[in-house]
Amino acid sequence: MVTQKSTRAVGLGRVLIAVYALLALAATGRSVFQISTQFGEAPLAYTLSALSAVVYIVATVALIGRGQGWYAVAWATISFELAGVLIIGLVTVLDPELFPHDTVWSFFGRGYGFVPLVLPVLGILWLRRQGRLTASGRGGAAGGDVVGDGDVAAGGASSATDAGTTR
Amino acid sequence: MIEWFTWVQVVVAVVAGLVCVVACFMKRQPDDITVGTGAVVLVLLLAQLVVAVVAPFVGNAPTGNLVEFYIYLVSAILLPPLATVWALVDRTRWSNLVLATSSFAVAVMVYRMFQIWTVQGL
Repeated sequence: MVTQKSTRAVGLGRVLIAVYALLALAATGRSVFQISTQFGEAPLAYTLSALSAVVYIVATVALIGRGQGWYAVAWATISFELAGVLIIGLVTVLDPELFPHDTVWSFFGRGYGFVPLVLPVLGILWLRRQGRLTASGRGGAAGGDVVGDGDVAAGGASSATDAGTTR
Repeated sequence: MIEWFTWVQVVVAVVAGLVCVVACFMKRQPDDITVGTGAVVLVLLLAQLVVAVVAPFVGNAPTGNLVEFYIYLVSAILLPPLATVWALVDRTRWSNLVLATSSFAVAVMVYRMFQIWTVQGL
């Protein structure tokens, strides 16, 4: 089945990917607007917006992608996001003058309901879990195995019957 | 934008999202109901597009930046179809949560569009 192509994209992880895609869209939209209409006002902040948009897009793709390569890319981009939201968040709180124009990370992502702050944390938890599955050899088996695990972790009581199906 | 129509959209989108969240908790696959809620949200957004195009010509001009407004509107219009495609490809209950995310995001975006139209620039 189509849905078993990606071992990392399972269960709640799929929702995580969807939210990442949404944030990528939001960051891209804001960035396009800022750069197309008022880039001269704050080149640094708006370049940062564009950079964060690209990173969110790459992270979304990396979460969907399979294999160690994408896994490493996912780690790198999500760590970068967490560092970005923490650093820019802290700077905007301590010295708002430095970034007078909003970026997706300003005030720890307040403009986006703090989703930019929460998402990398969830992403890292998800990647750690995937890493453990792979390390213990279970994740390396067929996709159906992991589908079942995902349902158990999510509180579903359907792992036995659903492993190997797409539910 | 029309204020009452804005609130209709926000309320409908939030209700649509909640229906999909419930469907996910009930372990239901995405079905006509949950995909249908996304369709309703989309129809309202398309109506909003017509309203946004017509409004400036009948004395309801935006105070804020129209480019920013349309980036929001076009992005919002993209969400329900993308979530629907997702639900068709991934036939798991989790797709209902994706549909819910889409509708909740639309609710926020419509509210933001209303701010841009009426508050921003005042």
